Amino acid sequence: MGSYIVEQLVNGLILGSMYALVAIGFSMIYGIIRLINFAHGDIVMVGAFVTLGLVQSGQIPFPLIVVLVFLAGTFMGILIERVAFRPLRGAPQVTGFITSLTISILLQNLGILLLTGQPRNFIFPEYFQKILRLGPVSFRMIELTIIVVSVVLMILLVLLVRTTRLGMAMRATAENLNVARLMGINIHRIIMLAFVIGSGLAGIAGMMWGGKFGQIDPLLGFVPGLKAFVAAVIGGVGSITGAMLGGYLLGCAEVLFIGLLPPIYSAYRDAFVFATLILILLVMPAGLLGRKTEERA
Amino acid sequence: MMASHRPRWFFPALITAGGVLVFALDRTMNDYILSIVCFIGINIILAVSLNLTNGFTGLFSLGHPGFMAVGGYVAAILTFPPARKAMLLPALPSWLAIQEWSLIPAMVTGGICATLMAFLIGIPVLRLKGHYLAVATLGFLIIVQVLITNLESLTRGPLGLNGLPMLTDLWGVYLWVVITLYVCWKIKHSSLGRTFFAIRENEMAAECLGVPLARTRIMAFALGAFFAGIAGGLWGHIITAITPTSFSVIMAFNLVVMVVVGGSGSITGATLAAAMITLGVEILRPLEESLEAYGINEIIMAIGLLLILIYHPQGLFGSREPAFLMGKR
Repeated sequence: MGSYIVEQLVNGLILGSMYALVAIGFSMIYGIIRLINFAHGDIVMVGAFVTLGLVQSGQIPFPLIVVLVFLAGTFMGILIERVAFRPLRGAPQVTGFITSLTISILLQNLGILLLTGQPRNFIFPEYFQKILRLGPVSFRMIELTIIVVSVVLMILLVLLVRTTRLGMAMRATAENLNVARLMGINIHRIIMLAFVIGSGLAGIAGMMWGGKFGQIDPLLGFVPGLKAFVAAVIGGVGSITGAMLGGYLLGCAEVLFIGLLPPIYSAYRDAFVFATLILILLVMPAGLLGRKTEERA
Repeated sequence: MMASHRPRWFFPALITAGGVLVFALDRTMNDYILSIVCFIGINIILAVSLNLTNGFTGLFSLGHPGFMAVGGYVAAILTFPPARKAMLLPALPSWLAIQEWSLIPAMVTGGICATLMAFLIGIPVLRLKGHYLAVATLGFLIIVQVLITNLESLTRGPLGLNGLPMLTDLWGVYLWVVITLYVCWKIKHSSLGRTFFAIRENEMAAECLGVPLARTRIMAFALGAFFAGIAGGLWGHIITAITPTSFSVIMAFNLVVMVVVGGSGSITGATLAAAMITLGVEILRPLEESLEAYGINEIIMAIGLLLILIYHPQGLFGSREPAFLMGKR
């Protein structure tokens, strides 16, 4: 029983890592331009398919694939920001929201059009399927990789935001867009940077999603994307560390919900996640690490 | 408010004209075209009622298909002949299994259940605003989908209920279209409607003028949900089947597109947009199938919406109605 719970917790950490990577993007973009980017989940899908394409093409070394997938996500983020959100800067909140939903539907259906709706097997190098044992728990190489890569990326991000001038500019812009602009910060560049980092991380999350679950289709990003948004809300939207914390909490909660209750309840996992969202929004709208001043309710 | 110069006979004449049109279509067109006309009617009901919430009151909800699903399933279970229920839904409680209602009471019951659901969901959720409300209602839609898929004793799970009795036709749809348009028109030009618009324009100012915010918001939400429930009942009995996947995020998106294209707050706009978009989708569908280019429909919708949002964000009519309907000279 003890090792069962530990194993479930490890599963929760894996799922949580992916949620956290996606939630960071939600939080960064929301923190700066007050926009919930629904298309964010679909960048996960793009990341997964780009990974599949690169792996199938043969001889590309794995670290290069990681970099290329990050760049692919980044490219999508820049494209979306340029084409859809920049022309709408200053428009009402709801317009931005509808736009992001539109982009999301657009990406999903472009995926269906170009890649068909059939799920595809996601093939990862043999090396990642190796089973490791660590005391009572055993897991696959890919699962260890997911956790390690996510943690490294998150540490790099926190260092970037906390210690560099660029990070300082980002924090200032999140604090107050107009004042930051008066201080000579190029806010267009900072907004773009939020999309670049957030989307790149979402792309990496897509690669992990494929590696973990072994099957991908053009609609795979939407619901996990929404769940990552739930994670961002739990941590407090706008806070990067909050998004990480929320991601891991939600991942563990979801896995425990499935693992500890009788199997018939596991079909209700999505209902559980969104009921949590509604509850959190009502009881603790600022989340765990968010600002209390923000107007949400 | 400007005095209306609209003659008293104007709306009855409009309704009669619509009736003549329905009669003509009913007589001359084949079943395929008639079913498309029915979908146009149902989408008009959905878009105009969503406009009550999203357009008039500015409460951005994506949960409309959820209410439609509630209404649809309630009506379907009530009208389903007991013999088929015994076969498809053996685990149904016995008091439900023996019911065989006619359509109108079943649909109204469905609408009322959707309204109750709206109260239940609305009381907590309507405290949220903007993005957060939208995400919470989307969460509600997903919860409804999950429940319908898993409560197999009531809904037959992912298989859905098929072989519903075909209890309605174009006339039934037309009746409800007229009722929906009439009620929404009356609401828009009543003090209730003006409180809706006041909340949309400036919440704090509205509250200072004595508009009870929470109650009015719930009202807009629940009224919209009632018509969505009705539309769900009609829909199930037109296509004689009902499955959980029909009430999807895509449907919520399409309805939002109709409201935005027509102009948030305009009944005429939502009606025309619903008709045009439904027609457009049905015309493109054979193309989609013959080219095997699945998804092209949604792509065209999405690009069209993006262009409208960027270049003409007020939609066809803004919040207004055309002058000849208002009786202005």
